[in-house]
Amino acid sequence: MANNSGSNALARALYRGVFRRNSIFLCGVFAAAFAFEIAFDVTSDRIFDRVNRGRQWKDIKDKYASV
Amino acid sequence: MLSRISNLTFKKQLKHLAKISFQTRYASTATETNKADKRTIAITAVAAATVAGGIGYYVYANPVHANLADEGLHPPAYPWSHKPIWATFDHASIRRGYQVYKEVCSTCHSLERLAWRNFVGVSHTLDEAKAMAEEVEYTDGPDDTGEYFQRPGKLSDYLPRPYPNEEAARAANAGALPPDLSLMIKARHGGCDYVFSLLTGYVDPPAGVEIREGLHYNPYFPGGAIGMARVLYDGLVEYEDGTPATTSQMAKDVVTFLNWAAEPEHDERKKMGLKAITILSVMFILSIYLKRYKWTVLKSRKIV
Repeated sequence: MANNSGSNALARALYRGVFRRNSIFLCGVFAAAFAFEIAFDVTSDRIFDRVNRGRQWKDIKDKYASV
Repeated sequence: MLSRISNLTFKKQLKHLAKISFQTRYASTATETNKADKRTIAITAVAAATVAGGIGYYVYANPVHANLADEGLHPPAYPWSHKPIWATFDHASIRRGYQVYKEVCSTCHSLERLAWRNFVGVSHTLDEAKAMAEEVEYTDGPDDTGEYFQRPGKLSDYLPRPYPNEEAARAANAGALPPDLSLMIKARHGGCDYVFSLLTGYVDPPAGVEIREGLHYNPYFPGGAIGMARVLYDGLVEYEDGTPATTSQMAKDVVTFLNWAAEPEHDERKKMGLKAITILSVMFILSIYLKRYKWTVLKSRKIV
């Protein structure tokens, strides 16, 4: 198993750190899902807002907020 | 196209017939099978004749109905800025459209499904929406003594109607009922394009078309005779953001506003849809990879 240690250092670290214990693996799945969802939402919202620049309420509300 | 379809159908029927006759010739128990097969042939023949006749009627006898008089002129497809699947409404346009609705349309048309609170964060600020609501008097009650009383509007109140009921609306408009506009964009074929065309499409009736007293000619309206007169003229309203109030600008803004009223979930729906498509595309590619990975054993084995 540990014969090609140089090229597979990362894989081994991953195995030791995450996959070996099921409890940690499961927690890792949930944590990754949580982090991924936040990252995905933030990124896609930013892209969506950039595509629709100047069209949404948040883009024009400064004109009316003081009135 | 149609002749090709009819051709295909006909060929199919022929094949079927040939198959049946083939079977009869080689059937061992003659009498009963023969009877059944004859019936099948008869039924098939009748069906084939019906289909052929129907297609023939459709292709040769049935005249094409453009029927502008009954169905109205079909509106052209306009390049609405909120049409692409990634585009939200133009909220500045919604705000201008509300101004047009309020100053022009609302004298006859209600907008019953919209409450003042719906404007907050879409086209108006919270304070503006509150101020708009307070300008209208609403009947509320009963109070401690059982009396109904008038009070200024709140955010949770719905937009006021121009007429208290349908009969009053008809009586004030020569028998024609101005429809509620809350879902009008969804309720008409052509949606935005239709309403825009209707608002800007008033012309003199062509020669030979008689329009009754009190009605107006509009080629986009089914039947051609519409109770509503042309209402939008250049410079009718004065936009607060300085946009020139041409007829088509006002029509475009009010249509955008009505489209928002009919589909308030529009912006959020498009955003969620794009996210779902992105995620599902990645999952789809992953599933193809996984399938190919799992099947490598089966696909590459040799059977000796």
